[in-house]
This record gives sequence, structure tokens and C-alpha cells, in this order.
Amino acid sequence: MAFGDQYAKWRVDTEKVPAACGLSGVMSRDGKRFGGDVIIESMRVLHDRGNGLGGGFAGYGIYPDHRDHYAMHIMFEDAAGRALCEELLEANLEVEVAEELPTRAHAGIIDAPDLRRYFARPRREVVAAEAIEPDDFMVKLVMKINKTVSGTFVFSSGKNMGVFKAVGFAEDVGEFFRLPEYDGYIWTGHGRFPTNTPGWWGGAHPFNILDWTVVHNGEISSYGINKRYLEMFGYECTLLTDTEVMAYLFDLLVRKHKLPLELACRVIAAPFWKDIDYERETERHDLDEALRITYASALVNGPFAVVIGFSRGMVGLNDRIKLRPLVAACKDDFLYVSSEESAIRQVCPRPDRVWAPNAGQPVIGELRGDV
Amino acid sequence: MAKAATNKKSELTAVTIDATGIYYKQLNEQVRDLIAEGCTDIVLDGVNGQRYIGDGLTTDGVTIVINGVPGNDLGVFMDGPEVIVNDNAQDGVGNTMNAGKIVVKGHAGDVIGYGMRGGKVFVLDNIGYRVGIHMKSFKEQVPVIVAGGCAGDFFGEYMAGGLLVLLGLNAGEIPLVGSYVGTGMHGGTIFLRGEVTDHQLGKEVRVFPLDDEDTCQLESLLKEFAADTGADLSGVSTGQFIKLQPFSHRPYGNMYCY
Repeated sequence: MAFGDQYAKWRVDTEKVPAACGLSGVMSRDGKRFGGDVIIESMRVLHDRGNGLGGGFAGYGIYPDHRDHYAMHIMFEDAAGRALCEELLEANLEVEVAEELPTRAHAGIIDAPDLRRYFARPRREVVAAEAIEPDDFMVKLVMKINKTVSGTFVFSSGKNMGVFKAVGFAEDVGEFFRLPEYDGYIWTGHGRFPTNTPGWWGGAHPFNILDWTVVHNGEISSYGINKRYLEMFGYECTLLTDTEVMAYLFDLLVRKHKLPLELACRVIAAPFWKDIDYERETERHDLDEALRITYASALVNGPFAVVIGFSRGMVGLNDRIKLRPLVAACKDDFLYVSSEESAIRQVCPRPDRVWAPNAGQPVIGELRGDV
Repeated sequence: MAKAATNKKSELTAVTIDATGIYYKQLNEQVRDLIAEGCTDIVLDGVNGQRYIGDGLTTDGVTIVINGVPGNDLGVFMDGPEVIVNDNAQDGVGNTMNAGKIVVKGHAGDVIGYGMRGGKVFVLDNIGYRVGIHMKSFKEQVPVIVAGGCAGDFFGEYMAGGLLVLLGLNAGEIPLVGSYVGTGMHGGTIFLRGEVTDHQLGKEVRVFPLDDEDTCQLESLLKEFAADTGADLSGVSTGQFIKLQPFSHRPYGNMYCY
């Protein structure tokens, strides 16, 4: 079999011109919940940026009835993996609900793995015995399953949020997972054009750990450095795709190290040394220098536009010289970010303001109250 | 769908197409067919994200008006027509364009005029990163980009010919231009309305005053820009501009010659 033949069945349109990934994010800063059809319609405009080898979405606020449980979305390639995984879940978690992840037959989505959803929380006695925070316990459990259980991947593990992803075009993936039936206050979406790594179900975006999600256009050339750095803190990169490190970096920097979001972004898209030298007389200088030295291995190099989602908000961020497109817009309490303005205008025809964020400068939307 | 008062070929000089939901391939085929039939004024309503509008069109005297946000590579390889956008535009406007004019009455995205070798692009508001990258000129073929707003980093990167003009009518709220201006530039000219620091400049360019010929060229361009975009240039005078040019010619010319 020639190299690449195993992916031949996914080559759906041989006339395609070279494209790039496409991404969008929509958020209500007042925490108003709206249907997943909005993000599907936005992604539909970006169809030609992807090539059908990966699409996915993250929705926040979609499981209010289970808000205190971790919602685990897991894909199984075989029954043996599922049996082993469910043993692990049973031993470690109180599983409140175990069910199929709802899908519908869709011509654009083929060869789906077994897709299951579990609402669960760590067993008190297990957490107590290990003297560990529930969030840390869940990170360890997800890493363990993804690394050791064959053909089994946890692709969503946060509370009151969920990741939905597949091989296919984004809008088809959204319909396959019946996203218009969910309501959330933040939605992000991604259409993939894989370049360096395979187009497989686990490699579609968003990437997730706990409530962190990342959709990404670009490539992370510092992947090796970032991966080895994250391994020192117990994160295992198992999904064969560079973007995975970004989700774990935000978990480490913001949840574990308690950096404000803006500083975490400044670690990831750190200013160049020449610019840090140039600001020598300003108060930013010492902070920027300290961040670059402390977090040298968390700097993300290479071209990227990303949208980060988490329970309290959404962040759009570019690499330091803006090698991938990113546009932002506001309308009332809504914040939009996308690869292209047209994808925003499709769902918000007349925004109050549309702008192109500067390289390395995050666009941060945070919730104004409780949800 | 093409809406025309009559379907007689000879009277189809002005046609409006409702582009809502039409895929870019079909839309651009319709435009091509209309031009082949002798149509000279085409209005595209409801455009949102369709790519390559005006791609490779070579007919002079054709005007395409776009209502909505056109997709990437507007006017790519275009060689003659005029395109007017009554909204914002995205990335790659005027990519490798050879002749004609594109007027955007809003802002535009990154890599405007990539490898452009003739014609004009006018943008009323801001432009993004890498505008004018790899622009080139030859004899009477001199591409021109004018923007009324501010520009991001790498303005005029690797520029080999042509003219970039940046007015910064809204400068102050945001910087006139980002960093790495003219990095790798070895031909052509940039006029900036305002100052730049050495820190912002690529190491191949220097600041020069405008000479009489520059002033004359700029004056006529500003008039044309104001007329096309509706920009208010009452506070603008040629004395406010600086000129950037490369101070070495073909810096890597000997690289493979020993």
C-alpha cells in the first residue's frame, strides 16, 4: 500500500485549490444561550478553507442539567477499548449518566467510531486517597485513558460544555451531532485542512482538556519543545496534532499557575527580544523579560490564529507577526472572531464594530455575570 | 439570478445579480458570461464571502459593483475592469493584478496587492498586514495602492516597484503603520502621511523628502482617491508626507555570482 492510501477514502474533492483551516467563535458576554445553528452557519461560509478532513465545535452552557458533572465525550474504535475504558471510569468516577452521544445519519460523515457521553464526577474516596483536586484528577484520568487504552480517546472533559468533532466538513459535522438542538453562550467552530498530520477523528479540532478548548489555523513549529515542557507537568500529547499543546498550555498557565489570561497570551505569543529591548525604559520591560525567561518553553512559535474557549469566556489570538488571518466584531453583548469577516457577517450582518486584531494581541471576551 | 429588463443581448449592458447563497464558481461564471455577452455594468447584491470575484477578467470598460463583503482574492489576476466594493473587503485584494482599478469603501484585510504589477487599489479605511508585498513595476506598468486609514506590519515588504500611499486619517487612535516597514524592499516608493521611527523600518529603506515630481504625482492621486472613495481630505496636504525608498539597488544581486 502506497504511503497515504489509508486516507484515500477521505479525499473528497480532487479539484480543490489549496486552502487553509477556518475558524469562528461567537459569545454572548451576558451569558445568553443561543442555538448551535449560529456557529454552523458561520462555518458554512468558510467551507472552502477546509477540505473535509476534519470539522468540529465547542459549546459552553449546553448541559445546565448536569452542570456539576464532568461531561466526558469519548470515541471508541473497538469494543475491547470501550470495555477497558468503562472499567476505568467505574473504578474512578461516579457515573451519573452513560449514553450514546446523539447523532443523526449524514451523507457527509462516514466511518464514525462508537461515540459515547458520560456525566460523571470523581469518587470521593479515590480523590481523598490521592489528596488531589478533582480537576487534576480528571486531567490525570484523561491522560491515562488516551495514552493507555487502545483506540479510545476522550475528546471532551469539561463541565457544562462539550466538544463535537469528526472527519468531514464543519457544517456537516455540526448537523451530524445535531448541534442546533443545543443552546450555549459560547460556540467555537473549526474546518480543517490538515497539512502535516493525518486527518482522523481525534485530530479534528477543537482540542480540549477540562473546559479549555482550542481551534487553530496554522502550525506550531515549537510543538516538540512545548510537548516536552508539558510532559514535565504530567500532560501527555497523544492526538498526533500540534494544536493539542495549546489546550494544555492554557490549562497549565491559567488554571495551575494562575496567570491572568492576558499574561498567558503574552507567554504564548511573547514579544520579540528586540521589542523587549526597545521598551527598556517602560514598566512592561521587566515583566516581559521575566515571562520570556520563565516560560521560554511555553512560547508557541510558527503561524497561528486560535480561538480559545473556556467556561468564563473566549480569546482570539494571533502569532507575533500575524501569519494567519483573524477578524473580530462586536454587536451589543456579542463578541465574534473568525478567519474571515464574511463568516461573522453571515450571522451578524451589521456589527457595531469590526476590526482586525494586531499580531500577538489577544481579543478577550469574558462573561459579565454568572451563568 | 440575473435580473434584466430584457433578455435581448444588445440591451443587456446593465445587469444586477442577487448573489445571496450562490457558490463562488457559479457567481464568477455568471459574471464572465455577462461580459462575454457585452454587459458593461454589473451589480452584485448580497455578496458574502464569495472568492475570486473579477478573477482574470481582461475586458476594459467593465464596472462591477459589489454590495456586501467579497471573499478573498478579489480581483486576482484582473487585467482591465473596475471593481467597486460598497462595504469591507477581506484578504488578498488585487493579488497579482495587472490593470484596472479596485475601490473599497470600507477596510480591507491582509496581503493587499500581493505581487501586483499594474492598476490601482484604493481602500477608504484601514488595511492589514503585508500590504504591497512583492509589488513590482516595469516601464509604464506601475501598480498603486492608496489607503485612507492605517496599516499593519510589513507594509511594502519585499517591494520591488510601484507606489504605496498611506494617509492615516484615523491615526492617533492607532499607529499610522506597524513594524518592519519596507523590509527587504529594493524598488518602488512609499508615501506616508506622518512620521515613523527607525525601530519600525526595515533595514533596507530610508526616509527622504518628497521632490517636485513626487508632490505632483501625489496631488493628482489624492484627488482621484477622494473622488472614488468619498474620503474627506480637507485636512490633508502634500507637505505632511514623507517618502520611503530603498537605498540599495538589488542588494542580493551578487549573491550567486561570487
